[in-house]
Amino acid sequence: MRWWQIRKRDDDVERELRSDLDLEEEEQREQGLSPEEARHAAVRAFGNPTVISEQTRAVWSWNALDTLLRDVRISARTLFRSPGFSLIAITVMALCVGATTSLFTVVRSVLLRPLPFRDPGRLVMIYEHFRDSSVNADGFNYNPVAPADFHDWRTETHGFEDMAAWRYWDFNLTGEHGELPEMVSARGGSWNLFPLLGVNAAIGRTFTESEDRPDGDVVMLTWSLFERRFGGDSSIVGKQIHLDEKPYTVVGVLPKWFTYPDSRVQLWIPYEEALPPEILAHHDYHFSSVVARLRPDVSLASALSQVEAVQYQLHMQNLHAPVAEDVASRTLNQDLAQDVKKPLIILLCAVGCMLLIGCLNVANLLAARSAARQKEIAICSALGAGRFTLIRIQLIESLLVSIVGGVVGVLLSFAATKWLVSTWGHLSHLPGAQAIHVDGVVLAVACGLVFAAALFAGLLPAISSTSKSAMAALQTSSRTAAGSQARTALRKTLLTVEIATTVVLLVAAGLLLKSFWRLRTTDVGCATNNVLTMSYSLPAKKYDSPAKVNAFNETLLERVRAMPGVRAAALGSTLPADGYGGDDVLTIPEHAPLAAGAILPDALNRTVDPGYFSALQIPLLSGRFFTSHDRNGQPKTVIISHQLAQQYFPGENPLGKHLHVPARDNSDYEIVGVVADTRYHVGQPDMATMYFSVLNGAQNEGMGLTLAVRTATDPLSISMPIQKTIAELDPQLPVKDVLTMQQIIEQSLGNASLSASLVLGFALLSLLLASVGLYGVVSYLTTQRTGEIGLRMALGAERGQVLRLTLSDGLRPAFYGLALGLAASIGAVRLIQSMLYGMQPLDPAIFAAVAASLLIVAALACLVPAWRASRIDPMQALRIE
Amino acid sequence: MSSMTKQTPPRANLLQGTLDMLILRTLLYGPAHGHQIGKHIQRSTNDFLQMQHGSLYPALHRLEKRGWVTSKWEMASDRNREFKYYRLTDKGRKQLLAEESQWKQMAEAVARVMWPTAEES
Repeated sequence: MRWWQIRKRDDDVERELRSDLDLEEEEQREQGLSPEEARHAAVRAFGNPTVISEQTRAVWSWNALDTLLRDVRISARTLFRSPGFSLIAITVMALCVGATTSLFTVVRSVLLRPLPFRDPGRLVMIYEHFRDSSVNADGFNYNPVAPADFHDWRTETHGFEDMAAWRYWDFNLTGEHGELPEMVSARGGSWNLFPLLGVNAAIGRTFTESEDRPDGDVVMLTWSLFERRFGGDSSIVGKQIHLDEKPYTVVGVLPKWFTYPDSRVQLWIPYEEALPPEILAHHDYHFSSVVARLRPDVSLASALSQVEAVQYQLHMQNLHAPVAEDVASRTLNQDLAQDVKKPLIILLCAVGCMLLIGCLNVANLLAARSAARQKEIAICSALGAGRFTLIRIQLIESLLVSIVGGVVGVLLSFAATKWLVSTWGHLSHLPGAQAIHVDGVVLAVACGLVFAAALFAGLLPAISSTSKSAMAALQTSSRTAAGSQARTALRKTLLTVEIATTVVLLVAAGLLLKSFWRLRTTDVGCATNNVLTMSYSLPAKKYDSPAKVNAFNETLLERVRAMPGVRAAALGSTLPADGYGGDDVLTIPEHAPLAAGAILPDALNRTVDPGYFSALQIPLLSGRFFTSHDRNGQPKTVIISHQLAQQYFPGENPLGKHLHVPARDNSDYEIVGVVADTRYHVGQPDMATMYFSVLNGAQNEGMGLTLAVRTATDPLSISMPIQKTIAELDPQLPVKDVLTMQQIIEQSLGNASLSASLVLGFALLSLLLASVGLYGVVSYLTTQRTGEIGLRMALGAERGQVLRLTLSDGLRPAFYGLALGLAASIGAVRLIQSMLYGMQPLDPAIFAAVAASLLIVAALACLVPAWRASRIDPMQALRIE
Repeated sequence: MSSMTKQTPPRANLLQGTLDMLILRTLLYGPAHGHQIGKHIQRSTNDFLQMQHGSLYPALHRLEKRGWVTSKWEMASDRNREFKYYRLTDKGRKQLLAEESQWKQMAEAVARVMWPTAEES
C-alpha cells in the first residue's frame, strides 16, 4: 500500500466515524434532548473518537510503519530540544563506533580476509621443527627449510598437490652501465610458486620449469617497480635489466594486487637462480619458506605426517648437522600475520571495552534524562500509552543517537584506519596493508554495532523508567527522594560497571606502557647515542677477490674516520639490535664429540672489522680484539661473546680453543677474545654470538655490510658527507637504510610502542567518559536532594558535613567499580602476559598507580557537584518546594 | 466518572471472537452502516449487549480486510447523507456458517457441563 492509500484510508475512517457520530447525535436530538445535551450524550455513547479511529487504523498493517515514523519524529524533536545531551551522546557514540570500526577493518583485512589466491583455504606453510624444548624456547618453532629438504618433501610425499619454495634476496638494480643504482628487496621463487598460488602474470608470463636453474637469468617485476622505475611501459618485457651488474631478461610483470609475501618486494627471480649446486644439495642451510597446496581429498594431518616421516629420515641420515626431526605448519594467513596478531587482538579487546564504556555512558545519560522526564512519562502512561510504546519511544531515541553517532563514527573510521595503517606501517610491518579498506562486511558489522549499542544503551533505562506505576511517579515529590531510588540504583550500577571496565583498560595500558618503557631503556650492550648506520652490499662480480673487498672496506673506514666530527667508525654484518642476522652450528674440537643426534651448539654469526668493538664501545672481557693482521691468508681467528663462553665453555678458559664451523669453509677458528654480550633484538635475551674478521675477504658476499659511525654531534648531519665518500670510492654502489642507532631500536619497538600508546589512548578516553558519568550521577543526585539538603542545613548541618555526605555518595560506586575492575584485571592481564617484557602481569606498582589515579579523578569529578551542594542556600532550597 | 457508571444499565462484555459473528449475522439482513449494526445488536439483546464502538469499528475493518464484507459509501434512504455501508460477501457467508456451527457446538458443550441433570432427564 502506498502512502496516499494510507492517507485515503485515514480520511475514510475519520469520515465514517464522524458520520456515525453525527447520526447518533441526531437521534439523541430526535428523542428530545437539547442540541448540547445531545452532543454530550452522543460522545458518551460513542466513546473517544480519536482512540477509536486509532484502533481502527491499527487494523491495517501499514500502521506499524506509521507509528514508527511518528515515534522517530517525536524522538528527533525531543533530541533537538536538548542539544547538549544529544551532542555529548552522539560524540561518545561516534568515537567508540569509529575506533571499533577502524580496528575491525584492520583485523578483518589482516587476520580474517581470505588471501586473494586460488582456493586459499588449502594453502599452508611448512617449516622444519626441532623438537627440543630449549630450541623452541626462544621462538624458533618455525625453522626455515633447507633446499634439499624441500626437494625431498616435494618428490617423496603425495598429500599435497604441489609445494613451492621462496627465499630472500637483495639486489643492486642498475641501468645497463651501472647508472641509477638502487638496492631492491627481491625473492627467489620456485617456478611452480605462481601456478600453485593461482597467480598469472599481468604482462608476459611467469617462470618456466627450465628457467628455474642457477643460470636461468630471468626476472619478474612487481607492479610497483614496473610503474615506478619503468614507467609502466610493457615493452620492458623481453628486455634486460641489470641486477648486481649481471643482465637478467624480464619475462613478466606481476599483477598490481600481488604483494605476497610483503609489499616491499620489488622483483622475483627463480628459486635456484645464482645458487651453487652444492648449496641446493644441503640439508642444513635453512633459508627457504615452503608453500604447499593440500590435495582436496587428503586431510592436513595425514599430508603432514608424510612430510614428517621424510623429514625424520633426513634427520637420521644427517645426525651431525642441524637437520630438524619434525615439521610444523601454519596457514598462509597466520604466517603473514604472526607478529601483528597479538597486538591486533589486544587492541580490538581494548576498543571493545571502550565501546562498552561508551554505551554505558550513553545509557547513563539516557537514564538521567528519563529520570528528569519521570512525570512526563507518568502522564503519558496515565493517558493510555502502553509500556511497550514508552519503551519503544525511548529506544528510538537511543537508536537515533546511535545511528547519527554511528554514521559520524564510520566516517571518522575512514580517516582513523588510514592513520592507523600508515603509522603501523611506519613503525613496523603490517601485512597486507594495501588491501585494508572498509568494505561491505565492515559496514555491516558497524551497523550491527550501532544497533547493539542502541539496544544496550536504550533498553536498560527504558525498562527501568517505565516499570513504576504512573500513580507512584505522579505522587512522588522531590522532597521524598525514595521514589527515584530504583533509578538511582540503576545509574550507580551502570557507573560501577563503567568504572570497572575503565580500570581494566587502565591496568592493561599501564602494563603495556611499563613494558614498553623497560624495552626502551634496555641496554643493548653498545653505544647507541650519536651513531649513524648505513648498509651497502658489494657486488660479487666486481669485487671478485678478497683483496678487492678488503681494499674497498679498509679505504672506506680510513676515509670516514678521518672526517671531521667522526669519533669512530665500524663495519659489521649485523649491528646490535638490528635483528637476528644469521646463525651457524659449531663444534669444539677440544671437546669430546657429541652423541649422534644431540642438539648441536649454535651461535649467531657476525662479521666485524678490527675497530668494531672499540667503536661501538663493546667491552673486551679477555684476550684481544681483531687486528689488521686477522685477514685472509693468516691464521683463522674468532672472537666469542660472554654468553657463548658461559654456554659452551663452562668453567674453562675458552682462549686458545677452537670453534669448528661447518658452514664456514669447514675449518677451525682459534678463539682470541671474549667480549661482552649485546642484544640482537631489544626484547630478546642474550644469545651466544661469534665474531669473524671482515678482513677474511669474500666470506660475506651478497650479505652486505653495515657501516656504523659514532659522531660528536647530530649523526644525521654527517650522513651526506659519508654517502659522498662512498660514491667517490664506487659511484655505482647504492647505500640503504641510513638510520641512527636510536631509530633502529625504535623500529624494533614498533609494535610495542603502538599498542602501548593506543591502549593508553583508549584508557584515557574511557577514564574521561567514566568521570563524566560520575559527575553526571552526582550532579543528578544533588539536584534530586536539594530539598533534603536544604532541610538538613536549616536544621543545623555544617557545609562540611553536606560535602562529605554528597562526596561519599558519589565515591561509593567508584570504590565498588575499582574493586571489581582490579579483580577483573587479574584475569584480563593474562591476555597480554606474552606481550610484557621482563615483568610480571600482576605488577603491584601499576595496580596501585591505576587505583590512585582513578580515585583522584573520581574525587575531582564528585567534588564539583558536592561543593555546589554544600553551597546551597537552605531558604531558597526549601522555597523551591 | 463515578456518576456515569451508576446510570449505565447492567451489561455484559462480548465474548472474545463473538462480535465478528454477530456483525456477520446482522449483515445477513442486508447492507448496514456501523451505527445501524451497533444499534441492531444492542436492540436485539434488549440492551443487554451494550455496543462498544471502540471494538465495533476495528472489527468492521478487520472483517473487510479479511474479505468477509465489502464497504461502500451510499446515500441513506431516510437521511439525506452518505454513510459507509457494509455488505456481506460470499466468503463472509461461509465464515458465518462456520462460526455459527462452532458456536452451537460450544454452547451445547457448555450447557452439558452446566446443567447435566436437565440434559439427562
